[in-house]
Amino acid sequence: MTAADEPLRLAQQITLHYRFAAGTFASTFFRALKEEQRLLARACPNGHVLLPPRPVCGLCNLATSEWVEVGPNASLGGFTVVYVPFIDPMTGVGRPVPYGFGLVRFDGADTNIYHLVDETDPAKLRIGLPVEPVWREPEERIGSFADIRWFRPVYSA
Amino acid sequence: MRKTVAAVATGQTDHVSRRLDVGIPELVREAVDRCLETRELALADVDALVVGNMEMFEGINLVDHWLVDAIGAAGKPLWKLNNGGTVGSSIAICAYYLVASGYHRRVLAVGFEKQSEGSTQSAITTVGDPVWERAVMAGAIGNFAAMTSVYVDESGVTPEQAAKVAVKARRNAARNPHAHLKMPNLTVEEVLASDMLAYPVRKLDFCPSSDGACAVLFAAEEDASLLSPRPAWIHAAVTAHDQQYMGDSPKRLAEMRSLIEARRRGYAQAGIEDPVRDFDVAEIYEPATYAELAMYECLGFCEKGGGGRFIDAGVPEMDGALPVNPSGGVLSTNPVGATALIRVAEAAKQVMDEAGDHQVPNVKRALATGYGGNAWTDLLVLSTEKP
Repeated sequence: MTAADEPLRLAQQITLHYRFAAGTFASTFFRALKEEQRLLARACPNGHVLLPPRPVCGLCNLATSEWVEVGPNASLGGFTVVYVPFIDPMTGVGRPVPYGFGLVRFDGADTNIYHLVDETDPAKLRIGLPVEPVWREPEERIGSFADIRWFRPVYSA
Repeated sequence: MRKTVAAVATGQTDHVSRRLDVGIPELVREAVDRCLETRELALADVDALVVGNMEMFEGINLVDHWLVDAIGAAGKPLWKLNNGGTVGSSIAICAYYLVASGYHRRVLAVGFEKQSEGSTQSAITTVGDPVWERAVMAGAIGNFAAMTSVYVDESGVTPEQAAKVAVKARRNAARNPHAHLKMPNLTVEEVLASDMLAYPVRKLDFCPSSDGACAVLFAAEEDASLLSPRPAWIHAAVTAHDQQYMGDSPKRLAEMRSLIEARRRGYAQAGIEDPVRDFDVAEIYEPATYAELAMYECLGFCEKGGGGRFIDAGVPEMDGALPVNPSGGVLSTNPVGATALIRVAEAAKQVMDEAGDHQVPNVKRALATGYGGNAWTDLLVLSTEKP
């Protein structure tokens, strides 16, 4: 095949902008996170403590009924160290590799969230390892899980 | 009264990293033509269609509309589904429902993805909840690796056992003309020496990105036996969801709640008591080696924690008691929107005795699954026997 009859490829770049309404539960949660460093989960009548907080418990199909404070101490529910480049959705640029990443369970919660972990040696990570949040400075916080910079392992002496 | 339904014809493109010679409608047309040609059918013989892909991978909305001419849908009922990993099996189940309901006699399910046209890693961020999850995502591989750690912790499976799954897949793929990654001589050592993507998942533990399309024709009882000499009758077609956020299911891979629920309902519908005895072949949606080992357990092929020993014993190999993914599976071919439909197509081909060089002898009953990142699962059972 010569260059003259090679099929064409058409390059396009689309930039789209969105503004998501966080909703009442996320607004309550992220305000408490940003302004008071408190983590508010939502409990259902059967006692399932859900983070992210939400209107309905998926395990019971019942409306959640109260706010429950959890953490800030937490433990690893799962972990990895990522070596493959990934575009950070918040910045549009590649996140430097390697970085630690894991499932984090706040003490008192029944669910995990994913977050960054401040450790890049997988041999130093294990399920159940205690971790604690490293907070951004108050003036840097925007009301997002990114207000927690990452989780730092707490190794017992 | 619902109709008895069979898969009667399948067609696939030859899946590769980049199909630069064709546009999306042309790629899809190829699979549709190959499907209909096997039974000497024309586009006019199809009554209704269901199409699906992951739209953000190509950045084209309304793919159903863009494909109308290519798939012969003008003037006919046409639906689009877009639900991530399972889209291919979900369009198969939707096509099944449309025929079983009695509304349509011959329904074509068409799945595709042309991953070379966009940026999979960027587009995958759109699957995360924008309020809760995007700020701290690590893509499909990071997510997958983190949940793999839970499975490894619970089951004690080793990297060598995972590597055996990679070797099985790529060797099987070498006998499948449609497969993308064909590596007939791959060894466990080579898998263990491949680049670490995210601990403990290495490059050869993970699925590729492919360009490809697949089409499967479903027909009601009165047509099925005329259209196919050996129809693949549908005995179960179920889907099950788990809770919504990625961290909700505490054990993740180690205990895939949506797969376990789909298995419970699907096996009950199809009368499966002992899957290793009752199935002759399985085509499961394994995005990575460790996932396949975990799925052996969650599908009841072996006891909990026994996934590694199951492959050590050779049960899922081509000459084992229950060959798993003779096609090479997702580890060898992954055009996402087609991937789960390829599982259904390959299971149907095995039942119809049309799988060529990767045919398992004497298949009577086959299992197919679709995987939606743990959060939801599709499961189908196909058989030579009419239900």
